[in-house]
Amino acid sequence: MSEIFDVARWRPAPFLPENEGRDGALIFVVAVFCFLACLTAMGVLAANRAAGAWTGQLTGEATVIVRPSGGETPDAAAARAAEALAGTPGVAEARALEPAKAYDLIRPWLGDVSDLEDLPVPRLVAVTLDRKHPADAQALGAALKGQHLDATVDDHSVWIKDIRRAGGLVRWLGAGVFLLIAAAAAAVVAFATRAGLAARRDVVEVLHLAGAEDGFIARLFQARFARVAGLAGLIGALAAAVLAAALRLAGGGEGLTPALPLAWSDLAAVIPCPLLAALVAAAAAQFTAMRLIRDMQ
Amino acid sequence: MSRNPIAATAPRAGEDVVRFDDVSMRYGRGPDVLRDLNFSLPSGSFHFVTGPSGAGKSSLLKLIYLAARPSKGLIHLFGQDVARAAPSARPHLRRRIGVVFQDLVLLEHLSAFDNTALPLRIAGRRPADYRTDVAELLTWVGLGGRMHAMPPTLAGGERQRLAIARAVVNRPEILLADEPTGNVDHEMAVRIFRLFVELNRLGTTVLIATHDQDLIARSGRPVLYLEDGHIARRPAPGKLDL
Repeated sequence: MSEIFDVARWRPAPFLPENEGRDGALIFVVAVFCFLACLTAMGVLAANRAAGAWTGQLTGEATVIVRPSGGETPDAAAARAAEALAGTPGVAEARALEPAKAYDLIRPWLGDVSDLEDLPVPRLVAVTLDRKHPADAQALGAALKGQHLDATVDDHSVWIKDIRRAGGLVRWLGAGVFLLIAAAAAAVVAFATRAGLAARRDVVEVLHLAGAEDGFIARLFQARFARVAGLAGLIGALAAAVLAAALRLAGGGEGLTPALPLAWSDLAAVIPCPLLAALVAAAAAQFTAMRLIRDMQ
Repeated sequence: MSRNPIAATAPRAGEDVVRFDDVSMRYGRGPDVLRDLNFSLPSGSFHFVTGPSGAGKSSLLKLIYLAARPSKGLIHLFGQDVARAAPSARPHLRRRIGVVFQDLVLLEHLSAFDNTALPLRIAGRRPADYRTDVAELLTWVGLGGRMHAMPPTLAGGERQRLAIARAVVNRPEILLADEPTGNVDHEMAVRIFRLFVELNRLGTTVLIATHDQDLIARSGRPVLYLEDGHIARRPAPGKLDL
């Protein structure tokens, strides 16, 4: 076949040289950033799940402390309270706990007292709320008051509020760390773009003088660094997924720990990483290249 | 593809494609390297610009191919005041100018074919559209058998002709050449000059900066003589049988 018809050899070469010695270092740094970002994302998902589980558990239950009055025995008051609560809308089940449970709860504070049964220990009623339409503390209190019972309702709202606040904080913290990593990656790409433009000033000048627009040249650098960052993102994401999978396997049925219940589905958080890395790099490279190219003219 | 903002300003034959009115130029805060230049290049003309080293020949070409800005005066290209042209118009103006640089500035990572096709790719043409044209042009400049060679493997004369091919591939209205025969032997210099003459016959306005007084004398073309940054004299055309 004559030279002129050799199709493979006529494929236009890229305007910028393909293999740069600097690419390896850039890929490593961006891959590390992506690895950390993926771990952060998975950590936030797991922490969010733990907070959701704890909140769900607490919102489905309430505890009622019943104090006997008017000569009524503690057990009789607890039984009457359980009966009144069981008939309240939004309550799935109300059960008076055995006295031993109440003794177990106060024993750590009083020590091993032999005549604990002689003390006027309040009885507890465990209330399981209807999941769909749970009764609130006010409704439960009204039901008890209707039966002239001296009781206190604890719907765990204080704990729920704290857990929700902690969950929100973890989410914001995760988002902050994620943004910080993205900004650091963008700064590294901007630095690499600056170095790339300095190293390829000859190419930029030739392209300019051949009639290339600033945007055309900037897009060459944008495409190059988006490609490099996309590859780095893939490497970082895979590494994070492998580590997370290993931790999930080592952690057993509850995920990593009960406080950080990593699920297999959390590994999906790494999927957008290469694309996000490429987008961040593309934006950083485009912005930096445009500024520098304008200054070159 | 972006709109060409100067498409409607193409000069007719005989009209000035380049006009300098009291143009001066300096680098940074240094002294003027060009002073009060007044000249014009009609469409289809062929001029030399010469003078001692440091006279400002390359700076003059830089002003025309928009790689530098004047510190004073007006430059008109294709009838358009360059200073008033929008930044977006400058790439389109450059596409109408072919330049053979003194140091050639070939892209070492591109083959002879890709170096030549560079202006066409930048202008948005597809490989299928320019493949034959580029191959023919390279054959015309004597590089038909070296199309896939990389610039570092080319001899001096071949590199020179490659730079010329790249400069003329998109049929520019002006061809500027800075010492195009500086690094080649006499025989190659004559071949290159014939190439320029042929392009000029096809309608391209040619301006060559050179030290080669023998070539100038034999060519019989008009000369802009630069000395100490200004046009000192315009020798009468001689006669050369090329």
